[in-house]
Amino acid sequence: MSRKLELIVLAIILIFTAHFIYMSSTTDAEFGGADGEAEGVINEITGGTYEPNAEPFWEPPSGEIESLLFGLQAAIGAGIIGYFLGYYNAKKNYENELGYKGKNKSEGDRQSL
Amino acid sequence: MHIMEGFLPTPWWQVWFAVSIPVILYGIYKMNKLVNEKREILPLLAVAGAFVFVLSSLKLPSMVTGSCSHPTGTGVAAIIFGPAISAVLGTIVLLYQALFLAHGGLTTLGANVFSMGIVGPVVAYLVYKAGMKANINFFVVVFLATALGDWATYVTTSVELALAFPAGDVLTFAGFMSSLGKFAGIFALTQVPLAIVEGAVSALLFKYVVNVKSDILVEMKVIEDKVVKKLRGTSA
Repeated sequence: MSRKLELIVLAIILIFTAHFIYMSSTTDAEFGGADGEAEGVINEITGGTYEPNAEPFWEPPSGEIESLLFGLQAAIGAGIIGYFLGYYNAKKNYENELGYKGKNKSEGDRQSL
Repeated sequence: MHIMEGFLPTPWWQVWFAVSIPVILYGIYKMNKLVNEKREILPLLAVAGAFVFVLSSLKLPSMVTGSCSHPTGTGVAAIIFGPAISAVLGTIVLLYQALFLAHGGLTTLGANVFSMGIVGPVVAYLVYKAGMKANINFFVVVFLATALGDWATYVTTSVELALAFPAGDVLTFAGFMSSLGKFAGIFALTQVPLAIVEGAVSALLFKYVVNVKSDILVEMKVIEDKVVKKLRGTSA
């Protein structure tokens, strides 16, 4: 199996990272959230008169708790993706090995390896 | 792209709920029907939903504006399952973030679902279909579809905010455009490099799905059998 696509994606991510490191070391950009910046623009447009008409009824009490919940979100997602791709991959390999003739399988599944 | 809790005045938050709720309901109906007819797609549905979970939790820095934002991940679901089911998956993620992270909010959920769960997926879906019809390389099409879908989500957020907060308080075309420029300057601009990364990662996920479980994609008419054979024969 060729790794061409992996290399291209890796290159894109490396360019992205390098650009970020370069910029964060040469400028004083704060890298705050864009969602929060929108709040600033709303204040600017309305002259600071806008009062939010609702408040979040629960907020993470600290940045640590917030990053915990974000990390949890990513971990749950990554676990599910890894589990099923791994499951399918092993299934395909064993089926090939045993010469299993599955119903409803397209021919391509067995020819490629 | 999260519009924060309380930051859409009446009537706008109601308007976006009115637009989004029918799509979500239709998506739930379609999802139930699909799962009942083809139980074997459940794992793939879980993977698509999980991909939205992962990508929307990653706040990435953007070199264009020096601020942070996150990709959406809904393009992959849109390509496989269509926009309506993507809207349901997007709603689940947005609800998690509104309840536990104070990102987005319950009043602004309708607007956020519209941008991330509806417009983004619709754009991704249309670009994908057009690209496949034009016989462009499969991975290039996935890249373009998911990157443009991601970007369209943030443009939509800018439009939603500009409609609610036009310059000069009264909604005029000039006031709308002036505010749109400001919001797009934050959201749409920040998102350009992030959309490119999302497109690249989505293409990679599709490579693995095609590699291990292409029969389901062929069955769902996402991709034609001859394209699968070609991908495996040459560039896969």
